[in-house]
Amino acid sequence: MYILFAIIILTTLGLVLGLSLGVAGKYLKVESDPLIEKIEALMPGSQCGQCGFPGCKPAAEALVAGTAPVTLCPPGGTSLVEQLAKLLSIEVDLSQSKDAELMVARVSEATCTGCTRCFKVCPTDAIVGAPKQIHAVVADACIACEKCVTVCPTECLQMHPVEVTLRDWRWPKPLAAAA
Amino acid sequence: MRLLEFLENPRLRGGIHTDGHKLLTSGKPIETGLPIPKKLYIPVQQHVGKPAEPVVLVGDNVLKGQLLAHSQGTISAPVHAPSSGTIADVVDYPAPHPSALPIRTIVIETDGLDQWQESVVVQEPYKLDPEEICLRVGAAGVVGMGGAVFPSSVKLSLGRKNNIHTLIINAGECEPYLTCDDRLMQERARDVVGGIRLMLRGMGAEKAIIGIEDNKPEAFQAMQKACFSIANITIQQVPTRYPMGWDRQMLRYLTGWEIPADGRATDIGVVIHNVGTAYAVYRAVCQSQPLISRIVTVSGGAVGKQMNVEVLIGTLMSEVLNFCHVDKSKIARLVMGGAMMGDALPFAEVPVVKATSAILALTQEDIEVPDVKPCIRCSSCITACPAGLLPLEMASRIRANKLDAAVDLGLKDCISCGCCSFVCPSNIPLVQYFKYASGELFKRQQIQHKSEQTKRLAEDRQNRMERIRLENEAEARRVMEARAARAREAELANAQATQIKPENAAAEEAV
Amino acid sequence: MNSKPVSGPHVLTVRRVDAIMFKVVVALLPAVGFGIVLFGLPAFYLTVTTVAAALLVEAVCLNLKGVRVMPYLSDGSAVLTGLLVAMTLPPWAPWWIGVLGSVIAIILGKQVYGGLGQNLFNPAMLARVALLVTFPIEMTSWVDVSPLFTGISLADSFGITFGQSYSLDGITGATTLGAVKTGFSQNQTLSVLLSDYSGFLAFIGWERGSLGETSSLLILLGGIWLIRQGIIQWTMPLSVLASIALLSTLFFAIDSQHYLSPWVHLNSGALMLVAFFIATDYVTSPNTPLGQIIFGTGCGTLIFIIRTWGGYPEGTGFAILLMNAVTPLIDHYIKPRIYGRYRDGKPIEIQNP
Repeated sequence: MYILFAIIILTTLGLVLGLSLGVAGKYLKVESDPLIEKIEALMPGSQCGQCGFPGCKPAAEALVAGTAPVTLCPPGGTSLVEQLAKLLSIEVDLSQSKDAELMVARVSEATCTGCTRCFKVCPTDAIVGAPKQIHAVVADACIACEKCVTVCPTECLQMHPVEVTLRDWRWPKPLAAAA
Repeated sequence: MRLLEFLENPRLRGGIHTDGHKLLTSGKPIETGLPIPKKLYIPVQQHVGKPAEPVVLVGDNVLKGQLLAHSQGTISAPVHAPSSGTIADVVDYPAPHPSALPIRTIVIETDGLDQWQESVVVQEPYKLDPEEICLRVGAAGVVGMGGAVFPSSVKLSLGRKNNIHTLIINAGECEPYLTCDDRLMQERARDVVGGIRLMLRGMGAEKAIIGIEDNKPEAFQAMQKACFSIANITIQQVPTRYPMGWDRQMLRYLTGWEIPADGRATDIGVVIHNVGTAYAVYRAVCQSQPLISRIVTVSGGAVGKQMNVEVLIGTLMSEVLNFCHVDKSKIARLVMGGAMMGDALPFAEVPVVKATSAILALTQEDIEVPDVKPCIRCSSCITACPAGLLPLEMASRIRANKLDAAVDLGLKDCISCGCCSFVCPSNIPLVQYFKYASGELFKRQQIQHKSEQTKRLAEDRQNRMERIRLENEAEARRVMEARAARAREAELANAQATQIKPENAAAEEAV
Repeated sequence: MNSKPVSGPHVLTVRRVDAIMFKVVVALLPAVGFGIVLFGLPAFYLTVTTVAAALLVEAVCLNLKGVRVMPYLSDGSAVLTGLLVAMTLPPWAPWWIGVLGSVIAIILGKQVYGGLGQNLFNPAMLARVALLVTFPIEMTSWVDVSPLFTGISLADSFGITFGQSYSLDGITGATTLGAVKTGFSQNQTLSVLLSDYSGFLAFIGWERGSLGETSSLLILLGGIWLIRQGIIQWTMPLSVLASIALLSTLFFAIDSQHYLSPWVHLNSGALMLVAFFIATDYVTSPNTPLGQIIFGTGCGTLIFIIRTWGGYPEGTGFAILLMNAVTPLIDHYIKPRIYGRYRDGKPIEIQNP
């Protein structure tokens, strides 16, 4: 008799809960994942493609799906990795991560033909110039995506490391104890 | 209740006792006989703020005290010629900085005459208009001489605007080896007090309190004698305990007031100036002499004749070291400034600047570079920290590159005083961790800023592309329509022609 | 000269990790020496074996980790751990108890966490508790006082530590705390149980007990020396001792037949050693003075609770481990006030004086 009661109660409970879960799943569904938008907002948004994805939105989707590592975006640097890890609640060992050396594109005046190909591909309009005139790179706007380097017919566009000045010299990280 | 309050707000918190090494130089008079060097190297930026803009050209002849570069913007300071001669060059020359990266520097070839430019000496300096005092201090290029090198005139005018009631004169000089302020007070106390009076007038403050560490009794007596008759200047001895010369620590000890973490001293009606700055103010206003020289402590184990010496700004440190009989082979580390917060320099061929309070040539025995060992959480650093931080926790976060966590622990309240590194039994370079992290945070901020800029630029570009595409499409449509219209017209005309033709043909047939 | 930029300070203190460890060991030596005098050569053999085992295990671990062994071995932390383990063992315990204690302390207590400075629990106390629950007989065979060179022959003393040749029957008894615990279970009152208890002998340490724990006097002296040397702070031992003294006084005043007097509490078991040398362990105790007071008070209270109402006669090991587990929590909430800020981290408000 008791067993029967128990079975009935548990079955009803299971049915009710299951039903409510189903209803909730149908009516309270979130249309698009807000996480993707949040991540996209964090990313540089230059669609440079250095991560291997066609743009920042696909990269954000891959991050949420878990198919891409949080370290995928070189222009974002360690700071982005830290923020992404926090947002996705992933534990990342940041102790080994190191920002790539900052680079900037530079035009060599001697070989530039003024072909305008480079500034057509620049995602941030960092290259200025006119047809048949030597182009120049606005260093502040350059994001080192290297798109211009690949299209330049005369190899006059090259990446150079950003020179350190007294103003932006920083203390290096001390070496940790061997333990 | 009072006891609890004491625990919560102690007048003196943290800090360390260092082996001062001050007796090496504190008993010797200031040496003024350093020969004028053949060349002087004057960086255009020796202060916090914007670099000064040179007003002289290569080949110009300049007199001692003549303006070389004028200040730019509100927070800046001019630089002047420390001696007479010819401008040899304006070049990028290594700065007295741990990186020794180049800085724009004016090079003067001196003529040895040391000829002053003509200037008018003020007759009654203490009756000058407060604004006039600020202007004169600013024009003389006076900056904070304690090491912060903040333009003094800015601080004075800020004080005037903020209803300052108290001026604190920081004569703590808590750094090991340093005695330049000590000697200055012992020998030129009257001038220093004159400077303090000018500062009081310049800011409209009621009273001044001078804090002197109790390991400088001679300086204390000299200063007491010098301001014996002045009612609104009091002198107080403070305990010898590094970092007593941290301005906020000095203020808390002298008055019990604490400056909010997000504020300035002026917010609570106080301005804090270094004692060396007071002297520079006196020289600037009463003698119309710009800041072209300073007293430098030359000390350390590798120095043959340790002394305080008055050095022209722009003199190469190597010349000063030679003058003091330094054994170059014994130098293990060359430091500009105090042994706690000073900067290690890679070589001595850099100029003395306004911030150079000392040149220390330290030997291997002086510095001791022991191996770094793991942290044993002894919490000595917590006890020593004058700001109430947790250095060991912050460093472990920074080691794991978790900078945000370090910021939450109070990284931005760190004053880099070095107490934690000093006491650490495992010799962990804690301060360098904090300096690294601060720099890194700044860099990250810049990267983020750039990322935002990139996003904006990328959007602009996309919008432009879109607009161009739409325009092109519109153009194409217009062309298409025009063509279609023309075609229609042509057709119409054609049709009319064919219509006419049969008539004509009929007509022809009829003919 | 140096090409890599070095940050200040350019002068350092002379205080080093190895010097700190050395001083702690020195402070412990009188109590250890007294234990050896009190319990004879077996105690000496056990101490040497335990410390040697600790050093060996540490060396092996460091080697496995692939770091240079000597610089870390010479920091003295392994010697200290071994010594503390030995001090908490019954003086005539067999050699393998000591070795096992060192193995547990160094490997499970320290190296698995990442070595010096990383461990959550005090290694010596972890070893003690692990041994106590695993080998209850060996860990509670308290030999009678038998001073050096008086009781047993040289060969016998060797056998006690390294062989199975010597029977301990008839020369062992219970410690004060153990006797009281058993007596209470037989409904005896304290006046009967403590009829031949001497407060003075307990203070100088002339009684049954662990190898290095009996002499409150010598441990106290060592501890005070450490405080004077600036190695440990007074807050921690004082809060441990004061809390237990306060609680025992309170209960003793209520019922002096069923609760031990504060004097007995303070001079029994491992309390003194724990208060001055275990609770003050840098690694496993809170960082701030206030946190240390909380930690010490917690330890004292737990020790009193376990001794009075728990199943074990002595509760120091458990109390320390429990408080060790709370340490990260204490450190998270108890932080110093930052200059210019309130305790909650907000900047202080401007008040024009």
